[in-house]
Amino acid sequence: MTREEVYERLNGVFERVFDIDGIRVSDATTAADVKGWDSMEHINLIFAVENEFGLKFNIGEVNKFKNVGEMVDMILERT
Amino acid sequence: MKELEYPFNGREIIENKKRLRRRLLEREGVTYTDKKIAVLGGYTTGDIVQVLELFLLDAGIRPVFYESAYNQYYQEAMFPNPALEVFSPDLIYICTSNRNIDTYPSLDDPADDIDALLTAQTEKFTAMWDHLAEVYHCPVIQNNFEKPYWRLMGNRDATDPHGRVSFINRLNAGFAAYAASHENFYLLDLDYLSGDYGLREWSDPFYWHMYKYAVAVPAIPVLSYQTARIIRSIYGKNKKGLVLDLDNTLWGGVIGDDGPENIVLGPEEPEGQIYSEFQSYLAQLKKLGILLNIDSKNDEANALAGLKHPDSGLSEEDFICIRANWEPKDRNFREIADELNLLPESLVFVDDNPAERHIVREQIPGVSAPDFDRPCDMIGVIDRSGFFEVTTLSEDDRRRNDMYRENAGRQRLRASFTDYREYLVSLQMRAEITPFEPLYMARIAQLTNKSNQFNLTTRRYTQSEIEEIAADDRYITLCGRLADRFGDNGVVSLAIGRIEGDVCHIELWLMSCRVLKRNMEYAMMDELVHRLGERGVGRILGYYLPTAKNGMVRDFFADMGYTLIASEDSGNTTWELDIRGGYTDKNDVIRTEEA
Repeated sequence: MTREEVYERLNGVFERVFDIDGIRVSDATTAADVKGWDSMEHINLIFAVENEFGLKFNIGEVNKFKNVGEMVDMILERT
Repeated sequence: MKELEYPFNGREIIENKKRLRRRLLEREGVTYTDKKIAVLGGYTTGDIVQVLELFLLDAGIRPVFYESAYNQYYQEAMFPNPALEVFSPDLIYICTSNRNIDTYPSLDDPADDIDALLTAQTEKFTAMWDHLAEVYHCPVIQNNFEKPYWRLMGNRDATDPHGRVSFINRLNAGFAAYAASHENFYLLDLDYLSGDYGLREWSDPFYWHMYKYAVAVPAIPVLSYQTARIIRSIYGKNKKGLVLDLDNTLWGGVIGDDGPENIVLGPEEPEGQIYSEFQSYLAQLKKLGILLNIDSKNDEANALAGLKHPDSGLSEEDFICIRANWEPKDRNFREIADELNLLPESLVFVDDNPAERHIVREQIPGVSAPDFDRPCDMIGVIDRSGFFEVTTLSEDDRRRNDMYRENAGRQRLRASFTDYREYLVSLQMRAEITPFEPLYMARIAQLTNKSNQFNLTTRRYTQSEIEEIAADDRYITLCGRLADRFGDNGVVSLAIGRIEGDVCHIELWLMSCRVLKRNMEYAMMDELVHRLGERGVGRILGYYLPTAKNGMVRDFFADMGYTLIASEDSGNTTWELDIRGGYTDKNDVIRTEEA
């Protein structure tokens, strides 16, 4: 899977979880940039990302991502 | 909303929570019951609450929530809590898990110590429930405990008092005993629910250690739905009956083609056993007061022949309305609802044919028609949908089918009269109208939450509120029972008036639709006026607050001889009756008896 393909699917996940049509995230996107991305919705975001890409994050990884780019790195590493 | 009906996809609900909420709130023409719900949690409950809101909105209940701080359920319940007192909850839900059990037996403990531990743990909770009842006077929902995630001694864990399985089973028995002996307290059977879901996935320790969720994220909707079922039931949102297909639903085969002797039913073959088991399930639902009806594309003679099959667990007499003809099913469905004086959405459609289910769902908004692929799944789907969650079981519930059948007798009698009043006289009606009495408090609260159509103000009350009003001499309460030559209808009409000086404000006036057009409302009004006269009240003010469902009583006060004195843009109207100059009784067909 290319980075672009990951982003295409990831944007769909963000649309669903945060109910923001047409949202586009990028490497630099952080929780502060997305309305509603608080610690509770982070749990649901992780859950949705796991479902979308068919992977499971480890306990140490879930809260480590500093931005979306690091999450995408991890997804690419795992798939 | 289909996405929120059982069997829903929990994963999709979690992922689309915000979108679902927006869509629910965008629906038009929904009349909500507003409720304040306090959730006191033993673990992270944020998502549980948000998903619960979806299920409640879908059921027409609009909640406002109070959430305790993380794992502060006990402190917030037990110690003075001004925030919660100001919130003044309509309902309290204590959301805990076996992670909240303070101390488990240790292998070194003598048996006596384990008993003491069990008592201490049980009493911690029972004292909290007693306290909540005393301070907040509202229904309390509390879960029991799911089984432990691991078993130190393996199977012996269930029998050895040191085992956690044994300890939790004993705790749960204590919780059940409390629930069985306390009104207004409702046990959420988490033990069953987590087992049904799969304990290994339910209690996935990842979610606990990572987020302090005692239930796995994908299982949250399952827990929230179970809670919503109980809340729906408490506030009278249960379904009232089933509308059933016949061919390949109550028996296997097509009776018109195969002949009554060839339908598949009974113990001889596996397929027949499935239908027999389903019929037996329906017969038990009927004992709970669930109304059974038939909506089948068949000649009526064939339909009745099927019910006379020697292996049929149900007979013609078990059904209230039987519509077996070649009309569209949605049309029959509506007629059945009309005949029962029920709103169509209070009936559930059960049919093996997905096309028929689709038509009924499309044509009659709000009707549930659960999907199933295999006949052996019918019971599971209907049961887990929780249409008929039982929170109270009154004598009226058990008698409901009889009452509707008696009504069918009345309909036949009525057809033999051309003069309506003569028909009413021939019914030999007897009414018993009294203040709210202890024996009927459960039924009274139930009626205030269930009645939508013949209900002037649509105010909902909990049982404890009803009890308080009954004991408060600033109020006048009336509870009307009606019996006739066909049977006893039980408690069918209620009124609550608040007395201020020489004025009485009618805060609640409702009547069960099962006694429409029997002049019971006249008998009630006569009684109210007499009793108010004795208390020196000279004027009665009546209020009509329109909803989507109570159009039938728009002119109620006008019919009762009241004068319109105020009318608002919202449609709310205020009416006055001056009784200082005398009052002429309106009822002349019902004999009123002193209790």
